[in-house]
Amino acid sequence: MRIRCPHCGERDNGEFSYLGDAAPVRPDGMEAEAAAMHDYVYLRDNPAGAIRELWYHGAGCRGWLVVTRDTRTHAISDVAPARDVALARRKGEAA
Amino acid sequence: MRYSVFSVLGQALRGQRDWKPHWRDVAPRTEYDVVIVGGGGHGLATAYYLAKEHGITNVAVLEKSHVGSGNVGRNTTIVRSNYGLAGNIPFYEHAMKLWEGLEADINYNAMVSQRGVLNLFHSDAQRDAYARRGNAMRMAGVDGELLDREGVRAMVPFIDFDNARFPVKGGLLQRRGGTVRHDAVAWGYARAADERGVDIVQNCAVTGIRRENGRVTGVETSRGFIRAGKVGISVAGSSSLLAGMVDMRLPIESHVLQAFVSEGVKPLIDCVMTFGAGHFYVSQSDKGGLVFGGDIDGYNSYAQRGNLATIEDVMEGGMALWPGLGRLRLLRHWGGIMDMSMDGSPIIDRTDIGGLYLNAGWCYGGFKATPAAGFCFAHTIARDEPHPVSAAYRLDRFATGHLIDEKGMGAQPNLH
Repeated sequence: MRIRCPHCGERDNGEFSYLGDAAPVRPDGMEAEAAAMHDYVYLRDNPAGAIRELWYHGAGCRGWLVVTRDTRTHAISDVAPARDVALARRKGEAA
Repeated sequence: MRYSVFSVLGQALRGQRDWKPHWRDVAPRTEYDVVIVGGGGHGLATAYYLAKEHGITNVAVLEKSHVGSGNVGRNTTIVRSNYGLAGNIPFYEHAMKLWEGLEADINYNAMVSQRGVLNLFHSDAQRDAYARRGNAMRMAGVDGELLDREGVRAMVPFIDFDNARFPVKGGLLQRRGGTVRHDAVAWGYARAADERGVDIVQNCAVTGIRRENGRVTGVETSRGFIRAGKVGISVAGSSSLLAGMVDMRLPIESHVLQAFVSEGVKPLIDCVMTFGAGHFYVSQSDKGGLVFGGDIDGYNSYAQRGNLATIEDVMEGGMALWPGLGRLRLLRHWGGIMDMSMDGSPIIDRTDIGGLYLNAGWCYGGFKATPAAGFCFAHTIARDEPHPVSAAYRLDRFATGHLIDEKGMGAQPNLH
């Protein structure tokens, strides 16, 4: 598996570290119910198919990436800087 | 047919022509008291103990492929009960005791070999941690010995004791640990369950779980609807997919773990040796191949195959500990899908849906648990309450804070 880093180009997956599913959004710790925090910390969709996930390019640009990958084949369809994804999401929330 | 030295000799004289299939290849009936989803080691053991311990024989085991095609045929065959936490120790020791009596119990040669499991340590801190784990084991009646450097040298003189980064200082040894022929476990339990009337249905994929008024009524399958009083899910890496059929999200991620076998060589190592600091463990099969592995790849996967970065990492770990390995050629390698839970420990429990039970979250350690997982899951299904030795493996422990985090890694499945 090779990941096409938007900053460094296509690199071996051994250069990257994995955090996990990019979908869970941390609830506001002071406001959130315990159940909402439990769901965020512990429960996962764990799909067999496309998943958007967070990878860290530790042996390259040290950037966080959001990779869209098929868990059945490991085929990667999209890689974007996590910063761009977060900014786009914030924009969507504000709109 | 009972197997014995006489049946083997008799068949030899008759040209091996009269052996019967180990189990019947049956089409599913329309209704069962209990349906077990997943014909792996755990599912087959569950069916066997349902019949043997609880007298429930109107049982079907549904397997989407063939028996032994999943993790029971993909592991590195190690059994041990060297755990350190109160929730784990009695369960895994129960498994070890069942392994010790398994072959007599199911009249099947599973090649149970208590050759010892040796965990190496490399620093004072790691020695303290292993001494503590060994003491926890011994207080619970499990065997454990702390070996010094010379004790380890007597067992495995060929490893590099003076590695610059990880010099070998000693090890924690469980002599009752060892290996079991993994395929024979699947076949043996299938045969034993079949003998007691359990239907083992292969090539029968579950596509849905039907519910009425908060209670399960049966399963949709690729071979039609099957009505069931109770349904037990025992599908390892596919647990989240089955739970998704009843709108449940689980504290589980599916990850790929790779394993390796070298070409066959004469006897080199007579125990199971683990090099946790270097992400490498090894034993030798009776055919002579070195069976070894390391960490999971570390990303979500349902692919049953991994990537080269992890293979390189495992080989580097092996070479660091045992430089002589470099002379061996790799014969084959493969991957299996692990149901990695959020605290590294399993779940054997009821669910919020009446008649639906879950056995999941085994991470990369499901094989050693096979007999006890089946024993306890059968108990939970039959009595509708947990067995005392698996009582800690609750589904709701993540909400109540009663986590069983043996490695202390937190809710990050790829680090357990």
